Amino acid sequence: MIPRPFEYYAPASIPDALGLLKKHGDEAKLLAGGHSLLPMMKLRFAQPGHVIDLGKISELRGIREDGGTIRIGAMTSENDLIWSALLQKKCPLLVEGARQISDPQVRYRGTIGGDICHGDPANDHPALMLALGASFVLRSSAGERVVPADGFFVGMYATGMQADEIMTEIRVPTPPPGTGSCYSKLKRKVGDFATAAAAVTLTMKGETVSQVAIALTNVGPTPLKARAAEDALRGKPLTDENIGNAARLAMSICDPSPDQRGSTEYKTAMAGEMTQRALRTAGSRALR
Amino acid sequence: MATKQAVSMKLNGKVADVVVEPRELLIHTLREKLGTTGPHIGCETSHCGACTVDLDGMSVKSCTVLTVQCQNSEVLTIEGFEQGGVLHVLQECFSEQHGLQCGYCTPGMITRAYRLLKENPNPTEEEIRYWMAGNLCRCTGYQNIVKAVQFAAKKLATKAA
Repeated sequence: MIPRPFEYYAPASIPDALGLLKKHGDEAKLLAGGHSLLPMMKLRFAQPGHVIDLGKISELRGIREDGGTIRIGAMTSENDLIWSALLQKKCPLLVEGARQISDPQVRYRGTIGGDICHGDPANDHPALMLALGASFVLRSSAGERVVPADGFFVGMYATGMQADEIMTEIRVPTPPPGTGSCYSKLKRKVGDFATAAAAVTLTMKGETVSQVAIALTNVGPTPLKARAAEDALRGKPLTDENIGNAARLAMSICDPSPDQRGSTEYKTAMAGEMTQRALRTAGSRALR
Repeated sequence: MATKQAVSMKLNGKVADVVVEPRELLIHTLREKLGTTGPHIGCETSHCGACTVDLDGMSVKSCTVLTVQCQNSEVLTIEGFEQGGVLHVLQECFSEQHGLQCGYCTPGMITRAYRLLKENPNPTEEEIRYWMAGNLCRCTGYQNIVKAVQFAAKKLATKAA
């Protein structure tokens, strides 16, 4: 279980990393926490000739709030998300999500940016990003662009990121006070990917839902935004009937591949169940 | 053949210099080049935790870290726990509480428990189970491992007081 030979670089700055990326083009892979890429390299599914480690670039790490936006460096580890006082207070959904990713050792190394850029629909941050309405900062030697999470995930291991770009930051609009959120994830055991999971954020006006976002993990080639389910809930009370209806609408967009975690039907049913649980919990956490 | 790189790290308090191919995994450098065979190779896929070492204050699975990533790092393996012939409190407690049977997972368990207790000196049973979840044991059923960590936490607290 040893990767094929490659050249290794540990640039100290983003411009240096971009220079290396430009020079080596398609032959190069960016290394973040290494807990997706290195396993793929060990299995020889990935065989980059050049590995550019972003681990020494300190400006890619950290969490701060700036004028209603939470800005998270792409190389911030899952463990740092979990212990962030800012996130615990203002964006607990990310903390709840990160706590359910893999295991402690992996969370010390694994990064939010790596999880997103890998483009694996089984990863948890993509759905969390959709539910939070996040956007991503992508930098190349030509400049910088900011793209919304919604639309970024285009297929299995395929994202809107270009080969000469580095994700530098994740921007999350600070959820308005009173927002309720929940990440409900079914997994067979610690360290496994989700059989199905649902991320929900919502705000209530009295007993009716005023804003709601629902996103699903690992039940399609990309994370899925359950738009019809959202539309059906907006302006309605969170009754059992409305929650059940939203879950059915969420299930209708699922198309999971059968594997050792279950059949298409089972996974779809579990996506519905996770949607119901996340809606109920988020509803109970939202201020009226 | 990729260019070999010189890597200098601190291993259990002593300088360790190696020259490695970039593709060499930390577990192999530790076991094959530096003689620290305490961290074990269990699954080689970052699931089992037998290869856990402490790297710059983090518990990591050394089968999923490249040695070249450890330039100027501080690495602690189970070999670094005993001092002057005296076992570390965690080693004592794993022994006293029967926190092991075959012993294969033990170096990883103790190394992980060390960092857990540094971060949370007085964990509840639930916290121990959650924060030790990256280490698998196929013998004990975990009960005595949890007990050993609880005992170690108590002993360390008494020592510190």
